[in-house]
Amino acid sequence: MSFEKVEHALHKRRKSRNIGLGAVLIGFVALVFVLTIAKVVDEGDAQRAEQALRINPPKASE
Amino acid sequence: MSDASLNTTTQDGDAGFGDFFALLKPRVMSLVVFTALVGLLAAPVPVNPIVAFASILFIAVGGGASGALNMWWDADIDRIMKRTQSRPIPAGRLSEGDALGLGATLSVFAVVMLFLASNIVAAGLLAFTIFFYVVIYTMWLKRWTPQNIVIGGAAGAFPPMIGWAVATGGISIESVLMFTIVFMWTPPHFWALALFMKSDYRDAGVPMLTVTHGRTSTRKHILVYTLLLAPIAIGTAFTSIGGPVYLAAAVVLNALFIKGAITIWRRDETQAEADGYRTEKRFFALSLVYLFAHFLAILAEAGLGQFGLGGWA
Repeated sequence: MSFEKVEHALHKRRKSRNIGLGAVLIGFVALVFVLTIAKVVDEGDAQRAEQALRINPPKASE
Repeated sequence: MSDASLNTTTQDGDAGFGDFFALLKPRVMSLVVFTALVGLLAAPVPVNPIVAFASILFIAVGGGASGALNMWWDADIDRIMKRTQSRPIPAGRLSEGDALGLGATLSVFAVVMLFLASNIVAAGLLAFTIFFYVVIYTMWLKRWTPQNIVIGGAAGAFPPMIGWAVATGGISIESVLMFTIVFMWTPPHFWALALFMKSDYRDAGVPMLTVTHGRTSTRKHILVYTLLLAPIAIGTAFTSIGGPVYLAAAVVLNALFIKGAITIWRRDETQAEADGYRTEKRFFALSLVYLFAHFLAILAEAGLGQFGLGGWA
């Protein structure tokens, strides 16, 4: 005797919800990663610019 | 036999992903995204594209969260109004608890993430927007006063200010003007809708102006707000976010909008019913174009500014 697995509408709805939630979570992790890189790079650029100003301050105009 | 095979009709907790997404009012979210993006790009401070993308996303999530909380609170009247009967809660695909849980969680999430992605001013404005839409508008004003749309419209007007705050970290006359354009545009837009969705608000017991003061008074109010909106919308042309392109667009759009409002004001119910509220429906459609085109013109000025062509300089 064989049992065939019948896919009900309920299973489809649950599957769509699980796939959707999975995609949202993966997207969020990727976004936080990229955002962190962007913030760190921006911060580094700002610090370098500040350091350069400290080493070679612009001459005050007469 | 599993529980699944016993009952395959939609049960609480068995909704699809799309139903949860529908709770976030995607159409309203698209307006939030667009106006916030324009606010961000029109600002004089450049923003890292990744930070900009993330910030707009979190603003959209915050807007969506307030939409979910609105659907939680208004589930009873959404079941009555024809326009909202197909929403996930009235249709029985989700429970009120689902909407409350999703809305509350995403509200906190969006505000915290916007703070981390941008700054405290933008996050604070987003938190205030959610509070204003859910508590001030949905819970308090909507069922209490016919001025619900006028004051509640502020919630929909904040996104360009938040976008501007993401870039600049503050508030300025330009961002206040963008706020005012959306704020003053909201009443004529919704009152035109209320004129042709006649029985919905009355059946639900929502004190829209059409229900409390009558339809003639509503027509007069549409004209007055349209006339008050015009100088603000045109005046924005002479600030740092405006320019000749914006001025030309604003003059044409406001002339059309005022013409439409005068036509609505001159009509009575007999005429409106005779042609199936054609003028009111046209005015409603024009109001959507009106707002979109104004913000598109601000965006065009910002884009031209990159090549030294934007603004009056």
